[in-house]
Amino acid sequence: MLHLEHLTLSHFRSHRRAEVHVDARPVAIYGPNGAGKTNLIEAVSLFSPGRGLRRASAQEMARRPESLGWKITGMLRAGGDAHEVAFTSEGGASRNVTIDGKPAPQTALGRISRVLWLIPSMDRLWIEAPEGRRRFLDRMTLSFFPDHAQATLDYEKAMRERNRLLKDEVRDAGWYAAVEAQMARTGAVLTANRQSALARIAAAQAGAETAFPAADLELTSTEADIPEDEAGLRAALAESRFRDIAAGRTLVGPHRADLYGVFAAKGIPASDCSTGEQKALLISLILANARALAADTGAPPLLLLDEVAAHLDAGRRAALYAEIGALGAQAWMTGTGPELFEELGEGAQRLEVTEDAGLSVVRAL
Amino acid sequence: MSRPNRSEIDTLIDLLARLPGLGPRSARRAVLFLIRKRGILLQPLAEAMQAVAQNARECLNCGNVGTTEICEICSDDTRANGLLCVVEDVADLWAMERAGAFRGRYHVLGGTLSALDGVGPDELRIPQLKDRIAGEEITEVILALNQTVDGQTTAHYIADQIEDRVALSSLAQGVPIGGELDYLDDGTIGAALNARKRL
Repeated sequence: MLHLEHLTLSHFRSHRRAEVHVDARPVAIYGPNGAGKTNLIEAVSLFSPGRGLRRASAQEMARRPESLGWKITGMLRAGGDAHEVAFTSEGGASRNVTIDGKPAPQTALGRISRVLWLIPSMDRLWIEAPEGRRRFLDRMTLSFFPDHAQATLDYEKAMRERNRLLKDEVRDAGWYAAVEAQMARTGAVLTANRQSALARIAAAQAGAETAFPAADLELTSTEADIPEDEAGLRAALAESRFRDIAAGRTLVGPHRADLYGVFAAKGIPASDCSTGEQKALLISLILANARALAADTGAPPLLLLDEVAAHLDAGRRAALYAEIGALGAQAWMTGTGPELFEELGEGAQRLEVTEDAGLSVVRAL
Repeated sequence: MSRPNRSEIDTLIDLLARLPGLGPRSARRAVLFLIRKRGILLQPLAEAMQAVAQNARECLNCGNVGTTEICEICSDDTRANGLLCVVEDVADLWAMERAGAFRGRYHVLGGTLSALDGVGPDELRIPQLKDRIAGEEITEVILALNQTVDGQTTAHYIADQIEDRVALSSLAQGVPIGGELDYLDDGTIGAALNARKRL
């Protein structure tokens, strides 16, 4: 079972020093607003590639006003395998990762841990710009395909190159073709990974007994249809060159993809559902993702659910806790008071986070 | 902070600290070591550096670094076997030479295509490459470029420019000598499987 056993934060956000020892059970974190609960689960979110659940820079994560740099260490256990992971950032530089004492690229984290999260800013996911939905989709995809992170980096690098050619109005067709070949190669991998992830989520939803509504998901595009295969994408990029020069950026490709969700039982688009229904759909997707991963890899991912309990009535809350319990996932959940986690009973461990003179204090109960 | 009346030793430490892989601390250690071994190390090193400073130059033909206008490899007739290996950098050329497996000639591009860094085809030695293919009766060009986005973009660009003039090949990708499958990433295993060969 994948879980964190031990987590220490040093000069990270509101925590000057915090040390947490936990077992594989869910972790309920409660305390008043602004005490530093989300900062704790943000630290956990860094155990997957990327910028964590707030998408913040390493500099923003430093405790202020000192801004000395910060450090997070954790012991990650999956079955018999344990890895000591450490992150450090000094002088505002991006975070350095070491796994078992050896420097490692961020993408290596995807091979040893899988982390999924749901945070309040995602409540507007279905009605906001496609970028947020793409990010949500890519996080689900990354959980199934650790190499998705590298493919994304490579695709974006090639696209930045092409965008610079467009901006500089370079007319060398050979140069465009060379860059587009890289975009097409990596872009086809991105699309295939995304499609495959959606298929797995759909299968996990179909086979589940859950109190949360199922969502039908489809990969769409903000532009005309995006070709899915390498050759098609390459041709589409070549064809789009003149239009792209006028726009000064690349208008076709998987970076323009969108995720379309439908409330399956009612047949209406997720964007037209009530706020509560939209939230329930997201929870349902996260749980389906976790079930699919548990079936695939034998271990559910780490789940980070920020302020999720507060938006559910007692019945739904109990259903959520029961599903997390059945999954066996180490779910890190935050809420303002202990009453939100009563339904968990002995099935969870509890941490109280309070604030004292500008510092977060974490207490195990 | 610079001090007035800095000694020559401080200057030497500062200069060494600028070298790749060295910092102020390791530079100080190196200088102390050199001073202690003045006769057997410091003096010969100073002379060798003096000689290189006077004579080092880029080969006009391939871009390798040597001490003559045309480097040893380009002036060795036995290496004119029709094979030309294209590399990004002199360090890559030296790596190939250390392996000792290649007996043809090289062409050093001096970087990779990168619009973001302002490096275009004219900043690389691509025009010279085209001239050499015609002038040196090259039969096969081996693209030994790094497996990065920039390296592969450059390989694709060069291939597009010369594919109708000469046979083209690239280095194989797969399991390194002495490598264990368990330690390989998924991409390398996939590439190795695609490039499998019959026993």
